[in-house]
Amino acid sequence: MTSLAMQRRRATAGRVWKQFRSSRSGMIGLGVLLLFVLMALAAPLLADVRELNPVYARAQGNPQWAPPSEFGPLGTDYIRRSVWAQFVWGSRVSLFVGLAATVLTILIGSVIGIIAGFVGGKPDAVLMRVTEWFLVVPFLPLAIVLASVLGRNVWNIIFVIGITSWPSTARLIRAQVLTVKQRLFVDRARSLGASGSHIVGQHILPNVMGLILANATLAVPISILTETTLAFLGLGDPSAASWGKTLEEAFVNGAMVRNAWWYFVPAGLGILAVVLAFTLIGRTLEEIANPRLSRAR
Amino acid sequence: MFNFFLFRVVQTDPIGSLFRGRNVPQETLENLRVAFGLDQPLGTQFLFYLRESAQLNFGISYQTRQPVWDEIVAAIPATVALVGVSAILSAVIGTIGGIIAAWRRNTWKDHSITSGTMVFYSMPDFWLGMILLVLFAVVLGWFPVGGVSTAGSGESGLALLIDQAYHMFLPALTLTLAYLGEYTLVTRSSLLDVMGEDYLTVARAKGLRDVAVRNRHAVPNALLPVVTLTAINFGFVLSGAIAVEAVFSWPGLGKLTADAIRGPDLPMLQALFLLFSAAVIVFNLIADLTYSWLDPRVEGQ
Repeated sequence: MTSLAMQRRRATAGRVWKQFRSSRSGMIGLGVLLLFVLMALAAPLLADVRELNPVYARAQGNPQWAPPSEFGPLGTDYIRRSVWAQFVWGSRVSLFVGLAATVLTILIGSVIGIIAGFVGGKPDAVLMRVTEWFLVVPFLPLAIVLASVLGRNVWNIIFVIGITSWPSTARLIRAQVLTVKQRLFVDRARSLGASGSHIVGQHILPNVMGLILANATLAVPISILTETTLAFLGLGDPSAASWGKTLEEAFVNGAMVRNAWWYFVPAGLGILAVVLAFTLIGRTLEEIANPRLSRAR
Repeated sequence: MFNFFLFRVVQTDPIGSLFRGRNVPQETLENLRVAFGLDQPLGTQFLFYLRESAQLNFGISYQTRQPVWDEIVAAIPATVALVGVSAILSAVIGTIGGIIAAWRRNTWKDHSITSGTMVFYSMPDFWLGMILLVLFAVVLGWFPVGGVSTAGSGESGLALLIDQAYHMFLPALTLTLAYLGEYTLVTRSSLLDVMGEDYLTVARAKGLRDVAVRNRHAVPNALLPVVTLTAINFGFVLSGAIAVEAVFSWPGLGKLTADAIRGPDLPMLQALFLLFSAAVIVFNLIADLTYSWLDPRVEGQ
């Protein structure tokens, strides 16, 4: 019985992968994403972490505000640090915060969506009121307020993004759970004496998993862009410099007036590439999970 | 109400963080706490907050020592002008782009519009602003690097208006490009949904030209979600341009917010947050009303 279900699930995964491979934009997104993940993982091989330390950079005799033609692949900044090292090590922070915040978003959204959709009645009404309240409150100002009150630290940023961006996920999952709940196999399982948790775990969850996954992929861009904006406004973690933090330092220290494009162009391009990659992958997964969409294209 | 507790319960010591460990005599700190009413118990502070908010008295800014509300009122026109213009432009251009993309789907027009808007949609808006600023203001020198008008020129009337429009060009271009993508993608998918409907086949069978089918029959039905999106986005107009205003030193609510974060200037942030939330709630209501007015089918539900 279990092995049959396992087999069927493996077959589904194989089918999804086959469909995914036939989508050109999805594969481009996956390729770009893998490139950046490799860069983040191989950061110690690509750039010396000590290059991020201004004292070390000065001792090395690095020039100040050097364009790429004079120093390293990407030049130096106002305190002689290598911009390439900041780019490589910043990818770790940006990707990590983006992914961790998305996991939190999806976790909160799925739990609330499944409870509200499956239990129904009063808990549903209460949870949906809370969700609506979070939907109406302007997202970025709330994140800013929370971040400035909680303090500048990576985990706070992750918490802030997760706590402000779960409502749309919750609504989507709830709607899907409501339709799955009507299906005949749920009634059958219940008449065979299955408990609520068994039905959710064995019947509801597998049927909303595809949607959760597609939604998660589309939530990553929002998390990464929010982290970037928060860091740019000075709410980033000072000890873990993300791409957004690089942009903030470039802006505050006058890279724009000096036309030091090498300082702020790479970090922005990195964000653009990663966000675009996740969007392309997410849209492809969404089309697979919801075939009605691909027919329209 | 939530607003009050968010700021009070979680915050540590606003006066302490104001000076960030600089050497300030303990006595001065105590005097400041009394002056800002922070020595009172929490319940008293809350009642005081409710009464004062109802009278639009949000206290004194920790940073400038001016009444918070006066500073906000002074900053509103700049933001409404900048973000209002960008919101209208992006809605109009984005919708037209979406219509073209959907009507000519899977042609080079569709592909270039869709991928172009997705690229703008995927970059941080303030980074786009930084690039445009360096390119057009620093390198080419065509536009000013920031501010709302040329300082000390003493212009008035039409000349001042033109000067302000000239200063607004780059930030407005940034925001328009950044907002465009959402409208294009929503319009496109909504129109594609409509395009399979029977009444379009009927319209064609009547012998109507392609343009007439599109403009009279397809587009009006496809625009419903776009109208909702527009109304909701207008709610975010006031809070929409925080980082972009900071980049162009545009003296609006966004820059006020960005400056208040650096403090942190809590009374200022608190009042701004209240204002932003109120704007969203009002425009959500407007969105609901226009939707049921445009689509009578919603009324029954």
